[in-house]
Amino acid sequence: MTLTQQKKLKTVLIGSLAWIIALVLFFPIFWMFLTSFKTEAQAIAFPPELFFKPTLENFAIVQERSDYLYHAMNSVVISFGATIIALIIAIPAAYSMAFFPGKRTKDILLWMLSTKMLPSVGVLVPIYLLGRDYGLLDTRTGLIIIFTLMNLPIIVWMLFSYFKDLPKEILEAARMDGATPWTEVTKVVMPLSVGGIISTGLLSIILCWNEAFWSINLTATNAAPLTAMIASYSSPEGLFWAKLSAASTLACAPIIIFGWFCQKQLVQGLTFGAVK
Amino acid sequence: MSYLTINQLQKHYDNYHALRGINLSIEEGEFIVFVGPSGCGKSTLLRTIAGLETSSSGEINLDGQEISELAPAKRDLAMVFQSYTLYPHMTVKENLSFALRLAKAPQAEIDEKVRIASTSLQLDTLLERKPKELSGGQRQRVAIGRAIVRQPKVFLFDEPLSNLDAALRVQMRLELACLHKQLGTTMIYVTHDQVEAMTLADRVVILNAGQIEQVGTPLELYRQPKSRFVAEFIGTPKMNLIPIDQIDNQGDRLALSVGGGKTSFSVSRLQEDINTNSTLGIRPEHLTLVDSDGDLSGHVELIEHLGSEAYAHVRLSNQQRIIVKAAARSRIKDEQQVHINIDTDEIILLNDSDRVISMIAEETVYD
Repeated sequence: MTLTQQKKLKTVLIGSLAWIIALVLFFPIFWMFLTSFKTEAQAIAFPPELFFKPTLENFAIVQERSDYLYHAMNSVVISFGATIIALIIAIPAAYSMAFFPGKRTKDILLWMLSTKMLPSVGVLVPIYLLGRDYGLLDTRTGLIIIFTLMNLPIIVWMLFSYFKDLPKEILEAARMDGATPWTEVTKVVMPLSVGGIISTGLLSIILCWNEAFWSINLTATNAAPLTAMIASYSSPEGLFWAKLSAASTLACAPIIIFGWFCQKQLVQGLTFGAVK
Repeated sequence: MSYLTINQLQKHYDNYHALRGINLSIEEGEFIVFVGPSGCGKSTLLRTIAGLETSSSGEINLDGQEISELAPAKRDLAMVFQSYTLYPHMTVKENLSFALRLAKAPQAEIDEKVRIASTSLQLDTLLERKPKELSGGQRQRVAIGRAIVRQPKVFLFDEPLSNLDAALRVQMRLELACLHKQLGTTMIYVTHDQVEAMTLADRVVILNAGQIEQVGTPLELYRQPKSRFVAEFIGTPKMNLIPIDQIDNQGDRLALSVGGGKTSFSVSRLQEDINTNSTLGIRPEHLTLVDSDGDLSGHVELIEHLGSEAYAHVRLSNQQRIIVKAAARSRIKDEQQVHINIDTDEIILLNDSDRVISMIAEETVYD
């Protein structure tokens, strides 16, 4: 085999492998999407049918039974609310750690990340009791607070590494030019890291949107976001695969479309360390 | 009192003593260059004057005001950094006017100052461009322009030309010299390039290990270094330093045995005693290759032709290597035996603690 042939073979092999992995990852989503257009009987049929007459019946039932739009609105308010608050807290935190590091800055960063290493269920009872005592169970505010705290470490980390990449001298130049800490952040740091802030925000929105553990445990009907709504379809009355799939499709769709539109920012944001 | 006075300035980092008691007076309108090897504290000193670093102790007085406790922006200084540090999200015009806008200057005044600065730096056609659309030289001009519009009391330059290629560096060096003439503002300039130091400076401050080694005009430093460090630091190629083997007092003349040869000069020039622990210093350009009967002799190991001149690396009869400047069209070949004459007017003598022993030159050429 010549060298050129070897190279071609390598390309084909790697390409096929990538496709196989992508298809395996995508298959459950594809199957969920397909199932959502089947009747309940078709959904559990074996062998599964690939070709069938699609129906929108499941979507109608989901909207009727659990008011999809209401839950979608909950998801939007909670995801965006938690993200905005987290950014407001994280930007100055990351700024101070990136530009004025102290002796313990690294320890603080590591400690923040370590909170993400705990299993959430470990603090379920105390959080639940706190939520109950402060009247935050099944409220949007309650979930916003939890999600803000939950994502803060990751957001601070991302912003920190983004700010760290900004040339320090530009800030010194601004300081010489008479910038106060406030103008330094608003007129120099933020405009320069707007890409990083946006991609961090996008990631946070996606994480909030897809969060299920706290949503299911801390909400019932009023503040339940889409993830909690999906869960309600795996109910004691029995499994309704088609309706569950329809609910899931509806819950996933907005964030997938959103992610699709923002993929450039997302990829840029998640790989900024490597590209720069 | 001088325009800018630095008094007993100290700077400690955690375990590192970066500035060790700096004392310096700068007159209004002077072009001062800080030069020294990496890590000598020259940038730290400049940044401490700028207020980007806080001093551990000591005073900085500018135009009668103690400024060492003031915020950088309140010191009335402008700084040009090595990496241009333009704001990438702003146009050239916005970059130039940033400081004035922060200071809430009236729009008419901003426009006028930006116009004057951009015209004098030939930036007037580039005002709407973003920094990434500019060449290196243009970027550095914008950085200088940003300093000019503020009309500061002192300009601070932190190795502003080291990111530029060689040709551009020479051009910008000239432009900076013209700018200083035109504005007449005090400038402090940090560089590790001694050509920049020699050509730009009214006075050069040589720093070594956080201390000032010597302050003087470029020619003073070249002709009358006070220490071995300065003698070796100024001048390319480096000054030759040859240990003195024997001293022979011959009445009114002093004969030194050095490098396997001999040289002599009038005793009356010596201001201090010397001994055999002393070293003789002589620059390559003050050594001449002669056909026979030179003060020193040796063989050429390597000859470097630079076009305008040539440098012969000679191994002396006592095995020491020295460099001799030769004529551009010198026919000398490698391994050739050569004789060398020493221009005794130009020698310096170093005592055993590396300080220069003072001597009177036979004729004082510099002023």
